[in-house]
Amino acid sequence: MGETKVSGEEERPKWDNKVQYLLTCIGFAVGLGNVWRFPYLCQIYGGGAFLIPYLIALVFEGLPLLYLELAIGQRLRMGSIGVWNSISPLLGGVGIASMFVSFLVGMFYNTILAWVLWYFFHSFQDPLPWKECPLNENQTGYNDECEKSTPVNYFWYRDTLNITPDIEINGSLQWWLVICLATAWCVVYICFIKGIESVGKAVYVTATFPYLVLTIFLIRALTLPGATDGLVYLFTPNWEILKDPQVWLDAATQIFFSLSVAFGGLIAFSSYNGERNDCERDAVLVGVINSATSLYASIPIFSILGFKATNGFNACLKENILTLTNHFEISDQNITLDNYNKWYKHLNQSYPDVVSNLSLRECDLQTFLDQSASGTGLAFIVFTEAVLEMPGSQIWAILFFVMLFSLGLSSMFGNIEGILTPINDLKLVPKWVPTELLTGIICLVSFLVALIFTQGSGNYWVEVFNSYVGSVPLLIIAFFEIVGVIYIHGIKTFSEDIYFMTGRRPNIYWKACWMVISPVMLLVVLVAYVVMQAQKYPMYPAWDPNYELFPQTEVKSYPGWVFAIIVLLCVLPVISIPVVALYKLIRSRIRQSQSRAEFNPYWNEGFDLETQEERKQKA
Amino acid sequence: MLERIVFVLCLLPVLSAELCKPDAPGAYKVRLSIRTALGDNAYNWNKNEMFLFKAAMAYAMSNHTGKEYSVSNINVCKETLRVSFWFVVTSPDDPSTPVGKELVEAAVSKSRHRINSAFLLSDSTLEFVGIYPTLAAPVAPDTPPWLIAFGVVIGLVGAGIVFLLVSTVVEKKRRKKKKAEEKEEDEEARVKTVENGSTSDGIYNTTFSDEDRFTEM
Repeated sequence: MGETKVSGEEERPKWDNKVQYLLTCIGFAVGLGNVWRFPYLCQIYGGGAFLIPYLIALVFEGLPLLYLELAIGQRLRMGSIGVWNSISPLLGGVGIASMFVSFLVGMFYNTILAWVLWYFFHSFQDPLPWKECPLNENQTGYNDECEKSTPVNYFWYRDTLNITPDIEINGSLQWWLVICLATAWCVVYICFIKGIESVGKAVYVTATFPYLVLTIFLIRALTLPGATDGLVYLFTPNWEILKDPQVWLDAATQIFFSLSVAFGGLIAFSSYNGERNDCERDAVLVGVINSATSLYASIPIFSILGFKATNGFNACLKENILTLTNHFEISDQNITLDNYNKWYKHLNQSYPDVVSNLSLRECDLQTFLDQSASGTGLAFIVFTEAVLEMPGSQIWAILFFVMLFSLGLSSMFGNIEGILTPINDLKLVPKWVPTELLTGIICLVSFLVALIFTQGSGNYWVEVFNSYVGSVPLLIIAFFEIVGVIYIHGIKTFSEDIYFMTGRRPNIYWKACWMVISPVMLLVVLVAYVVMQAQKYPMYPAWDPNYELFPQTEVKSYPGWVFAIIVLLCVLPVISIPVVALYKLIRSRIRQSQSRAEFNPYWNEGFDLETQEERKQKA
Repeated sequence: MLERIVFVLCLLPVLSAELCKPDAPGAYKVRLSIRTALGDNAYNWNKNEMFLFKAAMAYAMSNHTGKEYSVSNINVCKETLRVSFWFVVTSPDDPSTPVGKELVEAAVSKSRHRINSAFLLSDSTLEFVGIYPTLAAPVAPDTPPWLIAFGVVIGLVGAGIVFLLVSTVVEKKRRKKKKAEEKEEDEEARVKTVENGSTSDGIYNTTFSDEDRFTEM
């Protein structure tokens, strides 16, 4: 932190070196979504073909927004609220909205990290706890719920979440999740204890470790049987899919949320830079690395999913083999995976009635590959199941969950920074409160509010927050950001700022994007997103063991009060934008009329007594 | 006398053939998957292996009931290439009556592990159709291992937080001391123009002071 000079002005904290700053930005941008959202989108949207809308969105929407945020933060050297106040007092609400969204997102994001920690703690057991079903009460068989679904599902929904069948049923606080959540917040606190001094050191580990683990997984995954099936499946382009507008919408939203713009965190990080830092290069670097990481992560993920699909397919075949062997009393291991088809044809020709009565399973590799998952489903269900079949499961599980934790932690840094920096800049807290205490209070308050996610219905609430807080408000904030900087601050002033910082003016590509392409794209994405959400009443998948089609999840619609909360979550963060604008407008009008009314020819400021406090404040 | 013995001797295999049928009272089907379990080290199924099975079953029955069963009490039939066959256990007191299913089941369950080991097989590869293997009780350690991992992590993090906070407080105190020392030196150089001590009350009017506060010559 800067030292207090004699004049009383505190120097703004600075990054120790450029690498820390870049790693922090990359760490913020590269998060859980790169690992569990992008590969899923690639898979369902025609593999290699999805890269086209994705790259177009990156070039025309992602990079300009990123550059804009980094540049404005570096130039005005303040957090999100301060920056927008400087540009125009009417835009102060944008900063408040960013801060509010950062706070809400930080809460549920850290809950996901608490779940990752829970799995991490359980990865030290042999056998892994999600491998086998527990016994039922009288020890005669396996637990019923676990039997009907799978041990992995049971461990996630019952042992971890202890999920209730409905979002309305709250359940109690699950103590094990509470202590995991406390641990997660303590880790966040310890990294933030000295502001960016400690964060800058923490990112050396949290931002680089995931790449190391991904490389290890890549090498291991490519040697697994069935890996090539998974990769071929992932990357085989299906050009037809490009005609579907949903694909373009998802590509745009994915690049937007992946880069973590509009949180205020990037503005805060770049505000700690030196004044003459080349932010154009930084922006391009961060954006490209973020997308490259998504691609790089999808390779081991899909190799492992291909391996899992192959295993599932083989298990299905082996079941059929056993049925045939037992029924026809064929010598053991005469039918193998290789000659299964021949045997099946032969038996079907000779005894078609018998064979059809045997109810053999339909085994198709494509069906197993099609079982896609994203989000928590990918990490905690699909991947944990795959890890069970790899030799040395504990090590892979530990590596995987530590990687997820570092990815999430470095993103949490940006969220917390988006809350802390505006508070510090606005001097909302008195000076005698040290930053350690302020950070501690913020972590404590977030932890207490996030306790709602540790209830039985917690997972449903995380989904609500994830879908509605982290989407529409961010789009609105980003739109106002770009309009505010380019049209209110002015493209000319902004170009001058950039010339001051980097020594060259922005070229035609940046200008075209900022002035026309990106705002239009953002507006289209925002409108399309809202329209698509509004078209159907929001539903959610519920895990109900008493559901008739269990283990399928039952799709229920949100009750009225939850719907009201959803609307509140979308509207509340962004309501500050018009509210603050109106407030400032009204206040300036009142002040104008006041100063005119108070004009007193005998009132001369020359003899105004200045107390010592006022003098101290000015200095 | 001789005729009777001959008659009984001829009757026995007929009786056993009658006793041992698929789904006969007291009959169980057994399936062995030797090649699945042992791969290349698989042994061939022959008369001697069958004899071992009979002996193992006799052992299991004797072990459970306390009565002495011999190999002749175990009747086997319907052997296939799968390797699967049916067997019936007859009572040592009366070779023509089969032993009840429940008794056989109890005996097999009790000595299941020994029977498996005799054939180097497991519960799934030596299958008694209808007798479900008792599930192994899960090993429950006193302290769940995850709590240990959690304890380690939270301990490290907590210690780190305490250490950093304490070091910050200590540094601040040290800085304050330094500042206080510097301030004392400055105060001595200041011209004392106010009689009543503290200069923070009221407004210090510099118009009537002789010289500036921190003038250096």
